[in-house]
Amino acid sequence: MRGFANAHPVWTGMLAVLAVVLLWLMFAIWPPGLVDVIGNKKVFLSALFNGITLGGLYFLVASGFTLIFGLMRNVNLAHGTLYLLGGYVGFHTADKTGYWLLAFPVTFIVVGFCGVLLQVLVFRRMEGEDLRQTLVTIGISIVVADLMLWGFGGDFFNISPPPWLSGPVETFFVSSVKRSGELVYLKYPMVRIVIFIAAVILGIAMWLALNKTRIGMMIRAGVDDRDMLQATGARIQIVFVGVFAFGAGLAGIAGVVGGTFQSVAPGEDTRFLLASLVVVIVGGMGSIPGAALGALLIGLAEQFGSVYFPTYAVVLTFLIMVVVLAFRPQGLMGTD
Amino acid sequence: MADITSSITPEKSRLEAVHPAYWIMGVILLVIPAFVSPFVMFQLMGWSFILGMIALSLMFLAGYGGMVSLAQMAFAGFAGYMVAIFGDSAIVTISQGWPWWIVIPLALGLTVLFATAVGWLAVRTEGIYTIMITLAIAAAFFYFTRQNYDLFNGFQGFNSVVPPKLFGVNWRGPYAFYYLSCFFAVGSYALVLYISRAPFGLALQGVRDNPRRMAALGYNVTAHRVAAYAFAGLLAGVGGILLTWQSSQISPGTVGITPAIDILIIAVIGGLRHPIGAFIGAFIYVILKTFAVDILVSLGMAGERFQLLIGLGFLIIVFFSPDGILGLWGKYREGRRRDPLTGEDRGDSPL
Repeated sequence: MRGFANAHPVWTGMLAVLAVVLLWLMFAIWPPGLVDVIGNKKVFLSALFNGITLGGLYFLVASGFTLIFGLMRNVNLAHGTLYLLGGYVGFHTADKTGYWLLAFPVTFIVVGFCGVLLQVLVFRRMEGEDLRQTLVTIGISIVVADLMLWGFGGDFFNISPPPWLSGPVETFFVSSVKRSGELVYLKYPMVRIVIFIAAVILGIAMWLALNKTRIGMMIRAGVDDRDMLQATGARIQIVFVGVFAFGAGLAGIAGVVGGTFQSVAPGEDTRFLLASLVVVIVGGMGSIPGAALGALLIGLAEQFGSVYFPTYAVVLTFLIMVVVLAFRPQGLMGTD
Repeated sequence: MADITSSITPEKSRLEAVHPAYWIMGVILLVIPAFVSPFVMFQLMGWSFILGMIALSLMFLAGYGGMVSLAQMAFAGFAGYMVAIFGDSAIVTISQGWPWWIVIPLALGLTVLFATAVGWLAVRTEGIYTIMITLAIAAAFFYFTRQNYDLFNGFQGFNSVVPPKLFGVNWRGPYAFYYLSCFFAVGSYALVLYISRAPFGLALQGVRDNPRRMAALGYNVTAHRVAAYAFAGLLAGVGGILLTWQSSQISPGTVGITPAIDILIIAVIGGLRHPIGAFIGAFIYVILKTFAVDILVSLGMAGERFQLLIGLGFLIIVFFSPDGILGLWGKYREGRRRDPLTGEDRGDSPL
């Protein structure tokens, strides 16, 4: 942090100003002039929170992708398929048993097992052959997408959260002032807040596991120099299978979260594959903090885009990617 | 040296130097319309030629440049959109209705510019990153065309985009369109073969194999790669204009993510090591896409599972032969060349 501030004083200053402006926009009661220019504060605040929570969802999908890529150089273009599979498994678990929370472990295990199958049956056979991995995973995603369409139908499913999580909750952000002088506080869906907090906790846990534990040390060593790690006697294939299962399981969990936020439907697999591609390109391949930063940026861009420039919302996210590529090809947090 | 060899083997005339397979293929292509129905000519052959050209542009980038781009369909669609915007279509509020001799060069020129810009971005990355970035660009173009109504007419796109009535011929007639697409397909095939042996193509292959050495020899690696994108954009653009004329419409569905991946599937099924692979792949793809429903129904399955059939076929081919059909052919020839008992090389195979 301090190194960055010393190396780029101008950037740091700009980021600090941006942070202050953002905080002011969040907490202050907006003067009428500002409301005339950029609209209601309520709209702004919900775009901000939706962006942040969507970023949490993107982080769940993209962190598995980036972990798998960073450690094994495996290009898993079937990652979106794992996400969608997770959504369906989660929906049916929650629907049959009636326990929303049960959907998470079940999905994690089922989709994680699919990840193990992918690693053992596909990626281990073609290690180091990037193009072939890409093609085979594209083929798998086409086939599985059609199988899922066959099996689960083309309808939209919505996973409903349990009663204690549904409904809005009042936050301490002032959204507007009534004429009587009474303050109106913003209401926000409880489930989104809970899931976002869970994503943050998961992110921190992953960071701690990667940086403070023995397995994390092995994974980091594997990212840097796989052959050397293997030469020291670490059982690298087991680490690979474990990381792949974990990454796939995360994608599955993200599917449940996505099904609760939005919906589970055919076509979501491509959407989330693209989203995680863009997130890891922006954030930097193989970096967990990069995935968090990228997910936050893309989530915010998508939500603010759809509120303030509805026609070009999707293009805005790709514009961010193009700008990052043009000036920092390795991604914001990536290392060369 | 050159004098000695030429005195030993008398130099063949240019016509004699052409491999006999090309003569046979050329005759077949010329006389096919006499035997088949208009549907086969217009729909099967015409579509194969067009998809083959777009896949050829990918084959050029991937085979000679080592850069797998998923944006080729976006280039093709861009050219089609430009023709619709500057030329004639049913959307009179947007289409300018300019004459064809301005519209087509303008559309191709803009496509080359677009491809150059994409190439400039894409060559900043390598290998698998290139695939992801071009996929993301293709997706961005798709969403842009779907959401922009001022220029690209959004979800509807443009319809009634037809070729100009040049020389009094209706170029959408089955015979005329067959020969039109055949001409451009053969032309682009020959052009790619020529460029692959020209200094630029050789330098590009050098850049593919060892960029650092080529840079040390004084070649501008980035410029060669970007130029390859520009040329591939031109090929894809011609294919895209023909595609627009064939279906007489262009819409976001034409440039979606599935078509973009289909182009990769076509190129890979055929094989990326030789330009002919693109056309073989396109032919197989078109046959599958046209008849898969009938095959499935005759097997007693629902017709809408044809995506499954295509996906499975693709999966099997890439799983067992990364070089596609051409790779299988190469293995077969290799097998013929070796003696089955000793495994030794028997010299040139009879084929």
